[in-house]
Amino acid sequence: MTTSAIRSPAREFWRRFRRRHTALLAAAIIALIVFAAVFAPYIAPYDPAAADYDALLQAPTWAHLAGTDSYGRDILSRIIWGGRVSLAVGLISAFAGGFIGTIMGLVSGWSGDWVDTLLMRLCDVLFAFPGLLLAIAVVALLGPGVGNVIWAVAVFSVPVFARLVRGSTLVLKQTQYVQAARSIGVSRFRLILHHILPGALPAVIVYMSLRIGSAILVGAALSFIGLGAQPPSSEWGAMLADGRSYLGVADHLTLFPGLAIFVVVLCFNILGDGLRDALNQKLQ
Amino acid sequence: MPVFVLKRLLGAVPVLFAVSLFVFGFVRLLPGDPARLVAGADATEQEVASARAALGLDRPIWEQYLRYAGATLHGDFGVSSRTHEPVMAVIGARFLPTLWLTLAAMGWATLTGGLLGVWAGVKRGRWQDQAAMLVAIGGLSFPGFWLGLLLIDLFSVHLGWLPTGGYDGWRSLLMPSFTLGVGVAAVLARFTRSAFVDVAGEDFVRTARSKGLTERRVIWRHAARNALIPVVTLTGLEFGTLLGGAIVVETVFAWPGLGRLLVDSISFRDYPVIQALILLLSAEFVLINLVVDVLYGVLNPAIRLRS
Repeated sequence: MTTSAIRSPAREFWRRFRRRHTALLAAAIIALIVFAAVFAPYIAPYDPAAADYDALLQAPTWAHLAGTDSYGRDILSRIIWGGRVSLAVGLISAFAGGFIGTIMGLVSGWSGDWVDTLLMRLCDVLFAFPGLLLAIAVVALLGPGVGNVIWAVAVFSVPVFARLVRGSTLVLKQTQYVQAARSIGVSRFRLILHHILPGALPAVIVYMSLRIGSAILVGAALSFIGLGAQPPSSEWGAMLADGRSYLGVADHLTLFPGLAIFVVVLCFNILGDGLRDALNQKLQ
Repeated sequence: MPVFVLKRLLGAVPVLFAVSLFVFGFVRLLPGDPARLVAGADATEQEVASARAALGLDRPIWEQYLRYAGATLHGDFGVSSRTHEPVMAVIGARFLPTLWLTLAAMGWATLTGGLLGVWAGVKRGRWQDQAAMLVAIGGLSFPGFWLGLLLIDLFSVHLGWLPTGGYDGWRSLLMPSFTLGVGVAAVLARFTRSAFVDVAGEDFVRTARSKGLTERRVIWRHAARNALIPVVTLTGLEFGTLLGGAIVVETVFAWPGLGRLLVDSISFRDYPVIQALILLLSAEFVLINLVVDVLYGVLNPAIRLRS
């Protein structure tokens, strides 16, 4: 028997993913943006909150690569700092929603009795609210602010992951290796954690990366309509709302923050597609 | 068939019940005392107490819910705390603009998304496929509010061809409905493509081809027709995206619809209107999905017979 035919799933994944050049490029850009956001104090050329009344609404120059806003604040610096907020909203809410949803799905699919019925009906109810509307309801309840937006977006991601993982769990429960593990008396907790979860994880990873993109969009949309990050913050959606009054006068105020959102979301979506193909997952 | 429809209808009842419970609980979870809010900031204890009695807040919680549910079923959502008009009248005035906006967006988005998806599926693996899917993933990632602002900047501010916003004839509908539909068209194109590629590998497509039908007939009569069945379900779900997206698009284009009403009501803390809007929009979404479910059964006998 040749050993070359047997590769670990991780190596097999890497072998396939490596060939998807656009996905690799997207991952590199995301890494770059995350790096810039984390090290914002060292990278941003100016203080994002420092007003300069001698340089109001300036178009891009060498001194201010993305121009200045109505207070003379450097837009590039604000975008770099704002990335912290947008990325935090996307990453934390997608991970929180994915984590809670995955646990719900595992419990639901494994137990299969009234617990399953109860959890799935709960998902039905959450699904009954159109995505952004549920987020808005949560924000209306808790009040505007970034922290509440993260919760709001996480809540509406939960049912998606719960259904996804429940489906995989139902299938994996019937596989021979799980039945075999069960028959030799492996504990329920261990079974779910070591035998079911790894099988359900690829789908979760793919969905999560697609979810991060839409979470960033929803977070920015909430800030844009005034329910998310509040004015002094340089969150990208809030910056767009700010630049709205200067359309036609200073277009760079809306151009650059919008471009930032678009590029980040596009990269997460391309990465998600690449992961889906490399992990051989059929979703959508 | 009637049994199938009836079953689906009954299935929606508990969901709607739970949604109404959620919306009912929503106001009770809000910080602050609603009775004090109604009575005013400088009301005496006695005035607050009488406001509480008038609102029925001194009754047991289950009785409050029954009253609320009863009033809701009669179309009575109370009075707006901002304009003091009946909530139904406030919402009624905003309903048509949102309906036009979502229908126009859904119309062009399904048509374009479906055609783009089939086209990419037919040309799969070639550059046309890759170009179409690049456009689709771009559309999926485009923030609606940014697209709206760019369009206003180009067509209204610089070219002066279209109004920047407002609700005034078909010309004012062009930019908002385009902006709203982009995301949906992108999702549908991606989904239609993968559904088409699946179907194209089926035996019946090979049979159709081998009996000498023209390629065009094979694509439209045999492959696309079957590929579009799952697309119907997704279209229903995407209506939810549209209802959410309308909130943003209406804000950008000053469109006097339900979405903007919701945003305004939140900033004015007009809770009766918020409550009614969330309930109505969710109920609408549940009903649309019900219609889609039934339609799916009509298109696909296998689903209908199984249940």
